[in-house]
Formats: sequence, C-alpha cells, structure tokens
Amino acid sequence: MIKDKQLVDELYGNTESPHVLKDPDTAHLTIHHDEVIGMHSVPGLNIDTNKIEDGIEVNVKLNKGVRIDKQVHLCFGMFPEKGIQKIVMDVDIGTNSYISLLAHCIFPFAVDVQHIMDANIRIGENAKYKYLEKHVHSPRGGVKVIPKAKVNIGRNAEFKTEFELVKGRVGLIDIDYETFCGENAVVEMLARISGHDDDEIKIRESAYLEGKNARGALTSKIAVRGRARAEIYNKMTASAPFARGHVDCKEIVQDDAVATAIPIVEVHHPKAHITHEAAIGSVDNKQLETLMSRGMSEDDAVDLIIEGMLS
Amino acid sequence: MAIIEIENLTLALNGKNIIAKLNVEFWEGHVHAVVGPNGAGKSTLASTIAGLSGYTDFEGEIRYNGESLKGMNIDERARKGITLAWQEPARFEGLSIKSFIMASSRENDESLVLRVLDDVGLDAEDYMHRSVDRTLSGGERKKIELASILAMRPRVALLDEPDSGIDVESLERIFEAVDILKRDGTTVILITHSLAVLNRAEHAFLMCDGNIIDKGTIDKISKYFEDRCIPCDHKNMPNKAEIKETV
Repeated sequence: MIKDKQLVDELYGNTESPHVLKDPDTAHLTIHHDEVIGMHSVPGLNIDTNKIEDGIEVNVKLNKGVRIDKQVHLCFGMFPEKGIQKIVMDVDIGTNSYISLLAHCIFPFAVDVQHIMDANIRIGENAKYKYLEKHVHSPRGGVKVIPKAKVNIGRNAEFKTEFELVKGRVGLIDIDYETFCGENAVVEMLARISGHDDDEIKIRESAYLEGKNARGALTSKIAVRGRARAEIYNKMTASAPFARGHVDCKEIVQDDAVATAIPIVEVHHPKAHITHEAAIGSVDNKQLETLMSRGMSEDDAVDLIIEGMLS
Repeated sequence: MAIIEIENLTLALNGKNIIAKLNVEFWEGHVHAVVGPNGAGKSTLASTIAGLSGYTDFEGEIRYNGESLKGMNIDERARKGITLAWQEPARFEGLSIKSFIMASSRENDESLVLRVLDDVGLDAEDYMHRSVDRTLSGGERKKIELASILAMRPRVALLDEPDSGIDVESLERIFEAVDILKRDGTTVILITHSLAVLNRAEHAFLMCDGNIIDKGTIDKISKYFEDRCIPCDHKNMPNKAEIKETV
C-alpha cells in the first residue's frame, strides 16, 4: 500500500535507497508525521499500525523460524518545520528467526520538531535482530530526537544496533536503550554522531548480561565542535559466569565544546569479565600534522580525521 | 642549484639549543642524507624545515627557492611542495588507506592510489579499503606513508628514518620509491643513522650536537660515521683543522 506516492518518494529521496520500494520482496513501512503513507510486508512478517495522538503505534511480529534475507526498510520523518512525531513500537521476534531493519529518520526542514520513539523489543531464542538507524536532519538542527528502547534478548539470540547521523545538525539527540541478555545472548550497540554549534548529544545505553556466556559491546564515537555538548553514560553489568563485555567511548572535542563520558561497569560474578575504555580529547596532533604536511588545511584535516573516526 | 638554503639556524627546545648556528644547502632534484648518531638533531632539523608545531620559533633563516619560510605554517609549506614522512607514522582509526592517499593528491583520481600502492609494493586490492590503524604493521604504515608522499608529488620530501621498523625486502621497496621521487625531480632529504640508507644518497651531511660537522661524498661520510661516530659521546667530533681537511 502506498497512500501518497509523491510524499513517499520525497522522503526516500533523502536516503541512499529510494529504489527499494519497487521490489515486491522488500518489506517497508513509511510514516510521515502521524500518518502511515506506505506499507508493504512479506510472508512471515506482520506489521500492524494504529494512529495515536501525534503519532503511530507500530506492532511488528516476525514469526518463528522466518528468515528475511532482504533488509526491511523503515522510514519515519516529517517535512513540516514544526510538530511532534511519536512512534510507539512493539516488536516480537520469533525464535530461530532473522531480520535486519534499516530505519531512516528524515527531518530535513525541522525548526521545532520532536521525534519520540518508544520501543519494546523481544528477541526470541536463537533469533537475530539488526537495527540500523540513519538520520537526516535540518542543517539548522531544530529537531529533538528522543529514542527509548527496552530490549529483551533471549537465549542464543543477537541484538545489534547502530545509530548514525548522516546529514544535517544534531539539534538534540537523547538516546536511552536498555538491554537484557540471556544465556549466550549477544548485544552490540554503536552510536556515531558529530555535533557542532549548540548541538546536544546524550546517550544512555545499558546492557545487563544476565545469562551464562552472554556478551556485550557498547561503543560510542562522538565528535563535538563549537559549543556542542555530549554526555555518554554507558553501563554494563555482568551477573553470570563467563559473561563478558566491553564499553568503549571515543570523543573528539574541538573549540568550546564539552564532552563527558561515564562508563559504568559492574561485575556480580567472579567468572564474568568486563573492560572499558574512554578517550576524550582534541584531534591527535600527529594525525593533524601528517595531513597538513600533505597540503590540507587544518579544518579539512580535522574533518577527515573525524570522518574516519565516525566511519 | 639550492632549493633549500639554511643560514645560522638555531632552535631551542625546553631552553636547550638542539640546533646551533647550522648552515646547509640542499640541491634541487638530488638525494641527500643527513647522518649522525642519536640526539644529533637530525629529526629536529627535518621538523624545522617542515614547520611542525613547536619547531617554528627559530633564529636564522630557512629559504625555499629563495623565499623565507619564517612564519609559514606546515600546510602552507606543504602547498609550496615541502613534506615530511615521520619516523613513526600516525595511525588513523577508521580512515581508509584510499582516503588517506587521496588526501595527499591534488588529483581526484582513484587510479593514482593503485599506482602509488604498487610503487611501494602493496597490493591495492588488499589494502586500499583497510584503515590506516593498528592492524597494519610498522613496515606497512611506513610504505603507506611513502605512498601518500608519492601521490602528493612534492618538490622536497624529508624522510625521517625511512628504514626504522622494516625488513630488508621492504627497505628495497622504500629505496625504489626514493628512486621514483628522484625521477620525478623531487629533492629528497633522508634523515638516518643507517649506512644502508646513507648509501642510497648522492650527497651526505654529517650532523653532531646540533650542527653539520662535515659534508661530501657518501664514501667519505660513511667511513667517518662508521669509524668514529658509533657509539658517539661527541668526543669524536673533528676539530676545525680536521673538518677543513675532509671537506
């Protein structure tokens, strides 16, 4: 179903994958502001939507044993300069299944826009769930992105997610993800964001490794310039034998920007192991001078170093 | 013809003169070696010519094609054609080798990346999409740094200890790259305390205690260096009469 083809095309025109909607084997869901304007599913995947105040409730159910090889495309966005978009998601991933989702969040003209996501995700035993989130914002910022998720990862299951701002200014990004890992479960969360001017980046990611052999990696790669602020609170707790994980935060700070990293690691079992690493600072002088000694200006060299770190 | 002329160069770091009233000329299109023991001031000389931060507040004069480099930043000097390969090249997390090399070139030509990687003996298919990070060995990083310099086509290339941390086979590829630079008309200044590197130069300068104490043919300088500078506690410095005799 495509309700407003022009609007769908305009939204997907901001992404690197406008062609996917023509493929009958590719599932997709497109929500503009508080309206579903395009939706297509594939066998084994049920997507159900309901309108709520300022947004849409989305229920996703992947049946047991279903493997969807083609990436599922989600597009949430709005073109008006002002407004609220609220997405409440309930995701149920059946046992022994696989799905990979690419979510584009498109707010290219935002002046005063709020994008609120509230997700409850359950990943069944032996299932794999990948969620890549790519944002396109207004060059003025003007958007507040507030994604919140609670994820239960079953035995032998995997949850991998990446958050990336690919275009425009941050505005406010306030991520709050909480994950719970069962036996042999895997969680990997990566955020790559570059902020400038008065942008504000807040990341609170928690991983509770509750099952034996559970594994986790929380990685944040952040660059802030101008008067931007970044606060990264990553927490990992291991409470079962052979649970192991790593918390990694790298932040490059330029100008008057301020970056804070607070990694919290807790181990409640003598056979569990968690490490953490946080590096905050300016661009490495040797890297900078290497590129400058090839003829790049300081600004271009800093941009390239940051681009590399965020890649 | 001299492309770089240095007159009475003095540079102090932390209140101590590392280079003191040094005079030297490097000739356009030639391969030079500045040789000397550890602590002689060789790398400081290279850093000062390249204009690294902390090395720009010098006394005396450094001229490039007759133009003073005083007050000129590292990138301004690079855009005029002066570049430096570090003894220990920087690592760049996430930055692809292709992007790193392209950043050195004024041409937006991917085939250039293939060519310069081949010039230093690295298979472009295997390397161009890898990152310039800790997954590369020291030798690989040296070669990639040299590839980026080949892509830049500089007029003056300062190569600081080009043999450090690399094996014999890799060293041959580094020497071949030096030959390419020379063929392209680049003035090469090899900073070294290795006789193998010294032997690839056309002219040699012996540096000790912050000054050039002798210059001349490779044979002459290498013999002196081999016989009297290793190990060096500066007691073997030639006296004025000896310098006069050997120059």
